[in-house]
Amino acid sequence: MITIAFYFFSILITLLFLVTVMSKNLLYAMTSLAAGMVLISGLFFMLGADFLGVVQLIVYVGAVMALYSFAMMFFDASRDIKERNGSSMLVFALGGAIALLLVAMFSAPIIGEGAVGLYASAEGATNPQAVGLVLFTKYLVPFEVAAVMLLVAMIAGIILAGKKMDVSLSTTEDESDITDDTQGGEK
Amino acid sequence: MENLVYIALFAPLVGSIFAAFYGMSPKNIITGIVTSALLFVSFVASAILLNHVMTVGPIHVRMMDWIMAGDMLIPFGFIVDQVSVTMMTMVTLISTIIHIYSNGYMEHDKGFNRFFSYLSLFVFSMLILVMSDNFLGLFIGWEGVGVCSWLLIGFWYHKPDVTRDINPSISPSWAANEAFIMNRIADLGMLVGIFLIYWNLGTLQYDEVFASVGPLENDLVFWIGITLFIGAMGKSAQFPLHTWLADAMEGPTPVSALIHAATMVTAGVYLVIRANPIYDLIPDVGYLIAVVGTFVAIFAASMALVNRDLKRIIAYSTLSQLGYMFAAAGLGAYWVALFHLVAHAFFKSLLFLGAGNVMHAMNDQLDIFKMGGLKKVMRWTYLYMGVASLTLAGIWPLAGFFSKDTILEVAFNEHTYGIWFILWITAGLTAFYSFRQVFLTFHGTQRYDDADAHPHEVQKYVLIALIPLATLAVIFGGFMDTFKTFTTTLLPAYEMSEHTHHIAWMLIAVTSAIAISGIIFAYLRYGKGLKRNEKLENSLPYRVLSNQYYIPILYDKVFSKPYASLSKFSWQVVDQRIVDATVDGIGGIIKSTGDNTRRMQTGNLSDYLKWMAAGALLLVAIAFLAFKLTQGAN
Amino acid sequence: MIGLSHYLILSAILFSIGLVGVLRRRNLLMLFFATEIMLNAANIAFAAISSHYNDLSGQMFAFFIVAVAASEVAVGLGLLIVLHKKYGTLDLDNFTVMKG
Repeated sequence: MITIAFYFFSILITLLFLVTVMSKNLLYAMTSLAAGMVLISGLFFMLGADFLGVVQLIVYVGAVMALYSFAMMFFDASRDIKERNGSSMLVFALGGAIALLLVAMFSAPIIGEGAVGLYASAEGATNPQAVGLVLFTKYLVPFEVAAVMLLVAMIAGIILAGKKMDVSLSTTEDESDITDDTQGGEK
Repeated sequence: MENLVYIALFAPLVGSIFAAFYGMSPKNIITGIVTSALLFVSFVASAILLNHVMTVGPIHVRMMDWIMAGDMLIPFGFIVDQVSVTMMTMVTLISTIIHIYSNGYMEHDKGFNRFFSYLSLFVFSMLILVMSDNFLGLFIGWEGVGVCSWLLIGFWYHKPDVTRDINPSISPSWAANEAFIMNRIADLGMLVGIFLIYWNLGTLQYDEVFASVGPLENDLVFWIGITLFIGAMGKSAQFPLHTWLADAMEGPTPVSALIHAATMVTAGVYLVIRANPIYDLIPDVGYLIAVVGTFVAIFAASMALVNRDLKRIIAYSTLSQLGYMFAAAGLGAYWVALFHLVAHAFFKSLLFLGAGNVMHAMNDQLDIFKMGGLKKVMRWTYLYMGVASLTLAGIWPLAGFFSKDTILEVAFNEHTYGIWFILWITAGLTAFYSFRQVFLTFHGTQRYDDADAHPHEVQKYVLIALIPLATLAVIFGGFMDTFKTFTTTLLPAYEMSEHTHHIAWMLIAVTSAIAISGIIFAYLRYGKGLKRNEKLENSLPYRVLSNQYYIPILYDKVFSKPYASLSKFSWQVVDQRIVDATVDGIGGIIKSTGDNTRRMQTGNLSDYLKWMAAGALLLVAIAFLAFKLTQGAN
Repeated sequence: MIGLSHYLILSAILFSIGLVGVLRRRNLLMLFFATEIMLNAANIAFAAISSHYNDLSGQMFAFFIVAVAASEVAVGLGLLIVLHKKYGTLDLDNFTVMKG
C-alpha cells in the first residue's frame, strides 16, 4: 500500500515539477509548483512527520504560493515568457550528471547504518508533541533566530515592495521617472 | 684611569661625528681644528696611560656585555697593556700629526670636512682594533679600518678609470675596491680562525684563549695559526695579497702616511704579536711567516728599485719593511717586531709626509724622473726626507739602525742563515732605492718645466708638526732597552745566544757596510742628476720589475677576467634566462590566466549559475569518489 | 518495501530538476520557482532521514528550511518588484552590468 502511494506521489511530483521548470506560461508553472508541494506534504505524512506536513501545507502552499500569486499580479502573467533558452544541452548535461551522481551515492548502502538519533521522538508522544518538545528545548535559540530572521524578511519585503505602490507597474511607464523616484526613496 | 681609556678611545669618534655633520658643506676650518684637537686629547690620554702601565700595570676595562646568546657571552672590553698602549700611543701621536698636516695638505680640497671625518673614524677603528680584549672586538676594528681605508683610498672617486699604461692603479675607486676586496678575501681566513677558536675553546677573550690553547690538538692550533695569518697577510699586504698596497697610493698622501704606512698595514703584525702564545706552539707556522716575510722584503725592495713613482717607491718600501716585521715575529722575536713596527711608523710616515710636500710643490707630479734640484727650494722637506731615508736605510745612530739590525741578529741567532742573507741583501737594496729617490728628487738639475710647477715650501705649521716625527725617527733607537724591558713583561723575552753576542759587532759592521755601499752606489748613479740608460731600461729584468713582476696583469687575467665572464654568464644566462624567466613566467601565467578567465565574467547571472553548477558537480564527484574509496578501504 | 534510499533518490531527482530549472530559465520568477523545488527536495531528504533514524533533528532542519524559504520569498519578491519597476523586465539577459 505504502509502496503504491510512494510511487504515485513520486511520479506525480516529478511530472509536476518538470512542468514548472519547462512551462512557458507563468501561471501553469506556479500552479504545478503548488500542486507538487501539496503532494510533497503527502510524502511527509507518509514519513510520519505530521507536523512538518502541516507546516508544508500552511507555509508553502498557503503563504508562499499566495505571495507568488500576489506578485504575479504585478507582472504580466497572461503572456508567455519569451526566453533565450539556448545551450540547453549543457544544462541538461549538468543537471543529469549531478542527478546521476547523487542517485549513485544515495542508492549505495548508508554508512551510518547503526547510527542512533540524537533527539529521539519521545515515547508515546504524537509527532507534534515530540516536535514541540525538541524545538523548544534543544533548538530554542535557532528557533528564536529564525523568528528574528522572518521579522527582518517581513520588514525588508514591505519596504522593498511597498515603495510607490500607487505607481502602475506596467511596462508603459516612463522609466526615467521611476528611476528618479527610486533614487529619491533611497535618500 | 678607566675614564682615560674611554677618552683615548672615543675622542676620535666624537671628532669624526662632529666633522660628519659638516660632511656635505663647503670647507670649514673648524672641522680640521676640532678633529686635530680631539686627536691630541686622545694622544695625551694615551701617553698618560703609557706612563700608568709603565709604573702601575695594565688596565682591563669591561664597558658592557655585547653579545649574549645562549652560552655565548662576548663582552665589549678593552685592555690597555704593554702592547696595546704602545700601539695606542704610536697611533694617536702619528694621527695627531697627520691631522695637523692634513689641515695644510687638504687646504684646497672640496671634501675637506669629509676627509677629516673619515680620518678620525679610521683612528677610532684602529684604536678599537688594538685595544679590544677579545678577537671579535679586534675583528670589528679590523673591518672598521678596512672600510675607512676603502673610503680614503677612493677619496677622489670622481677620477675616471684609465688604462694600466697611464696609471698602474687605474683609478682611485678601482684601487679602493681592489684593496677592499683583497682584504675581504683575507678576512674570510681570519674569520675562520676566529670561528675555530670559539668552536674549540668557547671563548674569544685573549687571556682565556691563550690560557687554554695549549692542550689543544696540534693540528687544530696549526690551522688556527694559519687562518689568522691569512687575515694578517691581507691587512699587511703580504704576498700574494700584496698588490693592493701600491695601488692604495691613489688616496691622498696623508692617508698613505697614516693608513698605508704607519698604522693599518701593521695590524697584521700586531695580530701575530698579540697571538704570540698561539704561534709559540707552532714553530713551523712561525717559520713559514718568517719565510713569507723575508720573501716579501726582497720582493718589494726589488720592485722599488726601478719604480719612478715617488709614492709607490715608499709603498714598496713599506711592504718590504712589513716583511722584516713578519720575519722577526715569525722567528719568535715579538718585541723586536713591535719595536721595528713603531720605529718604522715614525720614519715611514715622515717619509710619506715629505713626499706629500714634494707632491704639493710639484703640482701632483709623482714621477721622480721629472723632478730634481728641489733641495734649493724645499730645504726643510729635504732635511726631513733625508733623515727618514737614512733611518730607513739603517744608518747609525738612527732608529732604523737599531730595529733592523736586531732583526738581522735574530735571523742569525736562529741559524736561519738564508733568511739572514736575504734580509741583509734587502738592507742594501733598501738603502739604494731610498737614496735613489732622494737624489733624483732633490739633487741634480731641474728636470721639470717651470710652467708646470712652482715648487715652494709648505706652510710653517706643517713643517713644525713634523718635528716630533723627525725627532723620534732620530732618537727612538736610544729607547730600545727601555722598550725591551717594557714590552717583554707581556711578550716573550727573546735573548740572543752567547755566540751571537760575540759576533754582533761583526753583523752590525756587515749590515752597515751594505747599507752605506747602497747609498754610495745610489749617489754615484744618481747624485749628479739623471743619466738614463736606455739599454738597461729595456732589458727584461728591468721591465719585469717595473711591471711588478706582471703580477697585477696576471691577477687580472687569472682571476678578474674569468670572474667577470663568470659573473656575466650568471647575469645573462643564470639570472636573466633562468631566474628572471621563471619569475616572469609565473607572472605571465597568472596574467594570461586572468586574461583568459576574464571571459567568464559575462555579467549574466545565468552563466554564473552554470559555472556554479559545474563547481557543484565537481564537488559532488569528489565526494562520490571519496565515498567510494573509503568504502573500498572499509 | 520503500526504504530510505527511495526517498533520497526521489530527493536527488527533484533537486536536479530544480537545478535544471535554475540553469535553463532566464526569467527571475522562474528561477525562484526552481529554487523552491530544490529546497523542497532537500526537505524530503531531511524528513526521510529523520524518520529513518527516528531522530527529530532532520525535521527541525526542515522547519528552518521552510522558514528560510519564506524569508527568501518575502525579500526576493520585493527585490523583483523593484527590479521590474526599474527595468520593466525580469529577463536575466538584460542585466549584464557586471560584465568583466
